Amino acid sequence: MATTTAPTATPPVEAGNGGQGGLVRFVRRHVLTAYTIGAFLYLFLPVFIVILFSFNDNQGRFNFTWQRFTLKHWGNAFGIPNLFDSLVTSFQIALISAAIATTLGTLIALALVRYHFRGRATTNLLLFLPMATPEVVLGSSLLAFFLTLQVARGFWTIVVAHIMFNISYVVVTVKARLTGFDRHLEEAAMDLYATEWTTFRKVTLPMIMPGVFAAFLLGFALSFDDFIITNFNSGQTVTFPLYIWGAARIGVPPQVNVFGTAIFVITVSIMFLNVYVQRRRA
Amino acid sequence: MATDVTAVRGLGFVARLRARYGRRAVPYLLLVPGGAWLLFFYVIPLAQLAGVSLQEGSFETGYEMTWRWSNYSNALSEFSEQFIRSVVYAGLATLAALIIAYPLAYFIAFRGGRYKNLLLVLILMPFLTPFLLRTLAWKVILADSGWVVETMKTIGLMPSNGRLLATGWAVVAGITYNFLAFMTLPIYVSLEKVDRSLIEAANDLYASTATAFRKVTFPLSLPGVVAGTLLTFIPAAGDYVNAQLLGNPQQLMVGNVIDSRFLRVLDYPTAAALSFTLMVAILLLIIPYVRASGTEDLVA
Repeated sequence: MATTTAPTATPPVEAGNGGQGGLVRFVRRHVLTAYTIGAFLYLFLPVFIVILFSFNDNQGRFNFTWQRFTLKHWGNAFGIPNLFDSLVTSFQIALISAAIATTLGTLIALALVRYHFRGRATTNLLLFLPMATPEVVLGSSLLAFFLTLQVARGFWTIVVAHIMFNISYVVVTVKARLTGFDRHLEEAAMDLYATEWTTFRKVTLPMIMPGVFAAFLLGFALSFDDFIITNFNSGQTVTFPLYIWGAARIGVPPQVNVFGTAIFVITVSIMFLNVYVQRRRA
Repeated sequence: MATDVTAVRGLGFVARLRARYGRRAVPYLLLVPGGAWLLFFYVIPLAQLAGVSLQEGSFETGYEMTWRWSNYSNALSEFSEQFIRSVVYAGLATLAALIIAYPLAYFIAFRGGRYKNLLLVLILMPFLTPFLLRTLAWKVILADSGWVVETMKTIGLMPSNGRLLATGWAVVAGITYNFLAFMTLPIYVSLEKVDRSLIEAANDLYASTATAFRKVTFPLSLPGVVAGTLLTFIPAAGDYVNAQLLGNPQQLMVGNVIDSRFLRVLDYPTAAALSFTLMVAILLLIIPYVRASGTEDLVA
């Protein structure tokens, strides 16, 4: 398979480089191709296991050894108490925290790209540090903070924590989009007597929208899948990752794999739909 | 001033604020909400953590600030093993991730052709399954009677009573896997930026393919390697999920200790001291690394 696809992917421009170099290059190319295929197999192996074990007719509480194929867990996906509730909780937290973080982060990105001001270096540092801090430190320092202020931990402390770690990622994502775009379009709008607000609404915002949307999706994904920071600040609230963590000790029900598979299929579809829509626009 | 004029354009809603507060205030107004959030929920909690780490007392009687510096020496001498293990495991996982990711990123950047974007999507795709489920999947893969262990025994790479699960190797393998995208993507980005004509020039000057790679391509991809290793090492050093799910209780990492001290033992000062030390240790490790490699612009 590798031998048939590789030549089409790379045009044979460097062919006239002597027989020996050609041989070395030939070997090297195929070693690299084989390595890459191996790496992709490695990347997808756990995904395959997650999906496969959602169809496993497991014996006992644990779902670690393959028995035989069954659809019963898919038919009974909602049959586990609290599991679906934890998914809904995670969904709500991800939605709220990603929306707020995207708003706050986009404003910061606008300030950083469009203005010259004192304290820029400090701002950059303040944005970089949360990304350079291990999650366990972020989570435990917020816990120390909430403990000292005697704030009861729960849904909203998780939201607060997730907004905090998402802001930096939003800024990076939106900034990448803002830096690359043509300011002349805004100037043209102004020349045509658009007010500043109209220019922002009709030109700037639509242009940065893909970046803002990407930042929102990234924030949503990071929040939805976060375990460590959430674990420190959750109180009695149970998110999807916390549910899995709790269940891991006594045996994770296969329904968790059912939902994991569903999440995978849905997000992959969104990803491809997004690529497709962007390609059609371009 | 000229830059200010163009800079203000396009941000219409700001016009009224500008009239009221003057042009200079505008960027600060944009910064305030997000900046305040980070101040209140990142900077102040870190200070709070430092404060808690110097407290004395017990959970029953309450903790009190007494500038008890010995919390640090006690915590570090009691948990030095877990601390060192965290650094070693994170280092090994970072190295393994680099070995897996670099050729992969190289292939996508130089051989990907029109499939580049598809291949990048494929790199990210596995990470759309939940983190904990991915880690639990490794438990299945590395299980004692699983095909990986059986194969290794058959070809003699492992003694017949050997196992992978509940060993340090399983933990390192889990960490390597879970942070692989953080390593691959930055390396890909910097390889993608490498000017192809430089490599051609090296070839024209009779450099062999290997020499051209060693002298041109690899040095130019270093910013990506630095970013990738940081993005892998930092979360790896603080991770305790892999150690908990794939390791055994004798191989805990510092994250496990911080988690259990904070949430179960309720020994806040020790947990805070360990957590703060981890933060400082990582900053001390990465600042010279970032400086030396001349990749400060990654920060900005």
